[in-house]
This record gives sequence, C-alpha cells and structure tokens, in this order.
Amino acid sequence: MEEFAALVDALVYTTSRNAKLALIADYLRRTPDPDRGWALAALTEALDFPAVKAGTIRALMHERIDPVLWTLSRDFVGDTAETASLLWPDPPREAEPPPSLGETIALLRRMTRVSVMTDLPRLFDRLDSTGRYALIKLATGAMRIGISARLAKVAFAQAFAVPVEDVEEYWHGIDAPYQPLFDWAAHGRPPPDTENLPLFRPFMLAHPLEDGEELDLDDYVAEWKWDGIRVQLVHAGGETRVFSRSGDDISATFPEIAAALDIPAVLDGELLVRGSHQGGEAGGAASFNALQQRLGRKTVSKKMLADYPAFVRLYDALIVEGEDLRALPWAERRARLEVFANRLPQERFDLSAVVEAADFAALGTIRDSARDEAIEGLMLKRRDSPYVAGRKTGLWYKWKRDPLLIDCVLMYAQRGSGKRSSFYSDYTFGCWDGDPDQGAELLPVGKAYFGFTDEELKFLDRYVRTHTVNRFGPVRETDRSLVFEVAFDSVHASKRHKSGVAMRFPRISRIRIDKPAHEADRLDTLKALIRD
Amino acid sequence: MIADFGWIRPEPHGIHILPADSWIDPSRPVDRALVTHGHADHARGGHGTTVATPETLAIMKLRYFTDEGATPASYGETIALKGGVSATFIPAGHVLGSAQILLERAGERVIVTGDYKRRPDPTCPPFEVTPCDIFVTEATFGLPVFVHPPIEEEMAKLLQRLADNPERCVLVGAYALGKAQRVIAELRRAGHVAPIWLHGAMERMCRLYEEFGIGLGELRLVSDARKEDLRGGIVICPPSALNDRWSRRLPDPITAMASGWMRVRQRARQRNVELPLVISDHADWHELTRTIEEVNPAESWITHGREEALLRWCELNQRRARALALVGYEDEDD
Repeated sequence: MEEFAALVDALVYTTSRNAKLALIADYLRRTPDPDRGWALAALTEALDFPAVKAGTIRALMHERIDPVLWTLSRDFVGDTAETASLLWPDPPREAEPPPSLGETIALLRRMTRVSVMTDLPRLFDRLDSTGRYALIKLATGAMRIGISARLAKVAFAQAFAVPVEDVEEYWHGIDAPYQPLFDWAAHGRPPPDTENLPLFRPFMLAHPLEDGEELDLDDYVAEWKWDGIRVQLVHAGGETRVFSRSGDDISATFPEIAAALDIPAVLDGELLVRGSHQGGEAGGAASFNALQQRLGRKTVSKKMLADYPAFVRLYDALIVEGEDLRALPWAERRARLEVFANRLPQERFDLSAVVEAADFAALGTIRDSARDEAIEGLMLKRRDSPYVAGRKTGLWYKWKRDPLLIDCVLMYAQRGSGKRSSFYSDYTFGCWDGDPDQGAELLPVGKAYFGFTDEELKFLDRYVRTHTVNRFGPVRETDRSLVFEVAFDSVHASKRHKSGVAMRFPRISRIRIDKPAHEADRLDTLKALIRD
Repeated sequence: MIADFGWIRPEPHGIHILPADSWIDPSRPVDRALVTHGHADHARGGHGTTVATPETLAIMKLRYFTDEGATPASYGETIALKGGVSATFIPAGHVLGSAQILLERAGERVIVTGDYKRRPDPTCPPFEVTPCDIFVTEATFGLPVFVHPPIEEEMAKLLQRLADNPERCVLVGAYALGKAQRVIAELRRAGHVAPIWLHGAMERMCRLYEEFGIGLGELRLVSDARKEDLRGGIVICPPSALNDRWSRRLPDPITAMASGWMRVRQRARQRNVELPLVISDHADWHELTRTIEEVNPAESWITHGREEALLRWCELNQRRARALALVGYEDEDD
C-alpha cells in the first residue's frame, strides 16, 4: 500500500504525460502480482466497493471533527479524500503495520455498510496521510488524478514491451487483478482468448476541425454528427452487449437494442430515440432531451419502451461474422456495412447517411443550415482510414455546428474541485424575466464551470471574492454585476427549473466586463431558441 | 456582547486608533501609520509618518526608496501616541523586523499581531505571548487541514531530491522577503554549505538580512552562472518566476515551492510544482488555536484569511470572537 500511495502521490505532482507513463511502467515492473494488477484496476477506476461511499467518509469524519469545521475544510480543499486524509487524527503508536495493496482490497471487499464504520478507521490508523489519501481514492472509486484508461494501457505496454493494440484487445473481458494479462505480458504465456466473448473494443475518435482548416472531399467523406450517445454493439458467443463510449455495459438500459442483434458482429453507431417532430430527410430522431429520459435506468418500463423507442444509426462495422474489418479502408468497411445493415431489423437500425457536397465551401453551407436538434454538426472521415482505437491525427474530424450564444449575469459562485480546487469556479448565471428597468428579476438559467482560461479564472475568483453580498454555506451570492457570454449547444423546456429552461453543454464563452448587467439578455430570448 | 473600547475600530482599510488619529497597516496612504512588518500588503508607501521597527523601516526603504517620516521603535520600546495611547512593538516571529503592536490606553490593552508564527526561525526573534484584552489575530491558515510539518523534514526532502538528481537543479519558489532567507538559513543549519543561487530579485533583500547580522553563507546570482555551474545546485526565485521564461536557462529544474499552501495537493498542481515544501511563516491551525489559549484575551478579533473556521473554534471553546472584514490582505504566495 505504501508503494501504491507513493505512486499516486508522484502522479499527482507530475504533469508530463511521458513522466506519468514512466512512473506507472516502473511501478508495474517492480511490483509483484497481484498488487500491480490491483493498482492498475484502481488507477483506471475499475474497482467498486459498495460499502464505501463519499458519504461514508463524511460520516466517519463527523464522528471525529466538528461538522462545521469539516465542511469549511472540505470546501477549501475541494476534495473529500484529501480533506479526510489531512484531518484524520494521528494513529495510536501500537497500530498495526501498513497493509499490502492486495490485503487492503481484500479488507475493503469484506466490509459491509455496517462494518465499514469500524473497519475503515482501523485501516486508516495503519497508514500515514499519503496512504490514507490513496486509500480513500481507491475505496470510493474516484481517483481523478488524470490517468485515463488509455494512459494506463500505454504504460502497461511500455512496461513489458508489448503492442498497445494487443493490450487494448485483451484488456476488456478480464477482471482485476488481470492475472492472464500479466501472465501474457510479463511471464511470456499465450494471450487470453477473446474470439467468443462479447468484448468491448475501444472506439475510434475524432479531432475537432480547427477554424479555417479545410479538407479535400476527394480524400474525406462527410456524415452527420448525431446528438445521441455513441454506442458499440457486440454479438459474440450467443450474447449481445451494448457498450457506451467509456466501455460501460448499458445493455440493460436498452434491452430492445440488445435483443435486435443476433448475428456475430461488432458495430459502431449512435443511439437515438425516435421522434416524429424532428422530420427532415434523414429525420426520425428526437432531441437529446428525449434520449435523456432513457439514460441511467437499470430497468426499463413498458411505457418507457413505447414512449421513447430507441434505435441505432450505424456508422461503422469493426467485425462481421468473425472477420476483422478494422484494417480495411473506411470505404470498404462502409460497403460491407451497407450490405450487412439490410440483414438487421429496420425498426432498430438504420445507416448514417453520407452527406454529399460539391466542395468544402458547399459543405460548410449545409452544416450551417442544419438546425435539426438531433444534429451536432458534421463528421469528416478519411476514405482510406482504418478503424483504430483513440484519436489518430488526420483520420477523423468532427466539425461541430457553431454554438448558440446568450449574455447572462453571474449570480452565484462555488468553489470547484480538481485543478480548480479552492477557486470560485462553478458559476450560476441568470437572465432577466422582463425589463430590468421596470423591476424585472434575474432567474438562474444555467451553471458552467469551464470555458475560461487560467488567467480568466484568477480574475473571476477575485471578482467573486470582492463582489460577494451573501453567503449560503459554500455558495457565494454576488452583486449581479458581471456579464458572461455563455455558449451552449441547445436549450430545452424543463419543468425542473424555475426559469422553465435547461441548457445543454453551457460554457463561459467570454467575460463581458464591458457590458452592464441590465443589458444582459432576457429569458424570452432564450426561450425563443427552444426547438423541441 | 462585544467588547468595544470605542477608541479602536476596525475599518475596511485598516485598524483605526481614533484618539491617536493613527492606523495600523493601512491599505491606503494616511497621516500616521503603525506598520507590523515589511510585506507589501501591510507596509504600503506614502504615509506621513510611519512607526515601525528599524528592520521594517529598512525593508520599506529598500522597496519605496525613501524613509521620509520614518519613526523607529525597537522591540520592547514604548512610544507615546496622541490621545493618551501608547504603542509597544513586540516580536511576532514572522519575518525580520516583524512585530505585534500592543496598544494601551487607560489600562485597556489591545494587541494587533500582524502576521506571526510560533515555530523557531533563525532569521528573527520568536513570538512573545503577551496578555491583553483584545487580541487581533491573523488567520491565513485558519483551517484544521493546515498543519505545517517540522521544517527539518522539508529540508531533508529537498536535499534528498537534490542528491538523487545530480544532473538537475532544484528551483525553489519562495517569497523574496522572509521565506527565501529562512529557507537559506535552514539549509545552512542542515549542513548544506555549497553556494546557493539567487534570482536577481532576491539579492537586495538577502544583503539587507546580512547587514542585520543574519548569516546566509555563500550566495551567487544565476545571471552570473553558466548552465553547468547550476547542476546539482539549489536556486531560489520568487514564486512568480517559477513557470516563467526565466527558468529556461536552468538545467532541467525540479520545480519546488516553499509555502504553507503546499499542504493541499491541488494547490501544488495549480502551480505545476513537482516538489511541494510545506514551509510557512504564518501560524498553522494548531499554532493559531494554541496562541489564543495562551494569550487568553477577553475577546479575539480574527482577520485576513479563513476567519470562519477560527471563529467556529472560538465558539466551540466558549471564547468570545468576531471576524473583521479588512480588505487587501490575501497571502496567496506564502
């Protein structure tokens, strides 16, 4: 546990990707099984200990420190694990020696919601503050130290000099502590068998197309970028799985999709909900708002299935009936996909149409005129691109529609977490519900915590501190003098918010110090942009 | 019921001593100022007269190029102000020349600490506990998460990293007044005798410390060095220079920062610090609460910093306290 804690600590203070890779690779090489496998699982947040929640940590701390002092500390530090690790009282001298990582995991697994209140403190007492920090991060399953699963896989590949593509291929479907993976990479045994398992394959991703950048349509093909959720469908060994972009199994949330594929294949597409009012030539999809009704549910009622029927708009085929197509050029995969799609039930599957345009300028016009809510913009794919995991430069681009903009007034601010810790960086902003000169009020319309530079963040933090008129626990109310230009992708009617609207993907686009608050936009302006 | 002596009043721009028509650490120019120590947020220029310790006045002269109206008050010396008020400067243990100011009028005693710490510091005399009725205390690190480790541990960490990386240098970001000299003096105490390299902005203050008899060993300027000279060495610079173009001339520097904020990981990350050194010239949580207990005033006034938590501690311990809303003292770099 001490070595793992030291690794976590070192990773926190390391910003360079190469240095992080070197740290992890070095740890993996010199740490014995199964600890290194557990570490890998912890770093990629693949572990779950149902008995330990953020609330558990809070409850333990409330037994040891005044709740007000706890809240003030937590608010300042911006991270529950770190706050608790710093505030935990020094252990008694006769404490047991620190546990190994494997032992820690075994102890955490045995804990129940009841026993955790006595067992977890005993574990805390065996560690120093660095160890407690790593332990809480590990136990609550939220490392958030900037290590993506991809980074961990690259580090693994580096550590044992194996191809990262192979690591990607074998990784999924093996459970922590990944013994078969280490047997293969570190001990020279044969790789795990993946042929007949319904495994997730990492998605191919796109780079954003920079402003002013143009592509030759002889080399690139355009498709709509649909505003649903990207999914991968896998049928293998008689089972079907629906995976989300992060590789989470969401088959239970969309049973009608899982039931509709019974031919061995791995397909890439966008999951959407059917909507009659969207129309358009490629129509048939509802807005993201409709899809949201279906997300995050563990079981789905018949009414849900009837009211919000899901379907998948297919983008690509990775594997069809045992044949791996990933190395083929996009154009060939597309041809295979078009043939294959005919064998699937039309109620649940269609093809994402190719968008034809005479040249790049014409494509830009088509993009700008697409105000259909189910379309986020365009995708541009190199006609000869193989299907490769992750974001490879030059192959796929996303060309998003320009965002909508509105001027809002900063109303409340709260401290952020992670790299924004201890800065007032989470902003609630509002629009006027009428004419401000006639006594109209500001109504909150959204919240955003990114879109600004580090310099702007410092300015905003200072602004909030010097313009606070009220405090509600961690929340500061400001004097409503600062105008933000807020960018967002779309806006929807919402009964949950007092303003009656909910913005999708709002972010701070500009700080308008030049603009007086009463000139900010009115709620009616925002409501006029609702399309669903 | 809040004690109110009437003759002393916290105002947004400083502590106002009404009958003496004087201010303590005013954040804008006034006729008569009493200054606790030389940090810029406490010692502003442009006052008519400035009463402070000789060390603080020397620091102010270094910064503002004038000592017009300077009125020295040595530690322990009592100065008579107008309106029957007297002021005594007492060591605060914060930086060279730092003082708490004891104000007395008709048997009533008020102490304004300025900034202070309780840890030993080779560059200034230690904080003296002095009884009073009203104790105006700072609260920069007024949260229970802030516990500064013994400085010896942090020095050992620094020297170990240096020894492990003979081809690199360790670049330590430290306040030019106080922190830099304390780090250098502690490095000497830990047995580091090699020359220590300075950013140009550090030089004058270090020389001033030496003039006041504080030995800092051999100091050299980075601007006089070749890259090769700096390998395996320690370089001290102001925090603002840490991620600046200036540091590119150094041989693959390990970025360190000496600050109490380094206790919080994300604070170190925000500054791209690889080697956080938890070293502060302010009192940590335990020092703050211990000091209130030892001074044992009738009432504590809590200012600049995280007042809420210290106020809560006073409430939990049945101690009378209030938070002052003074502007302009935010110590982001300590």
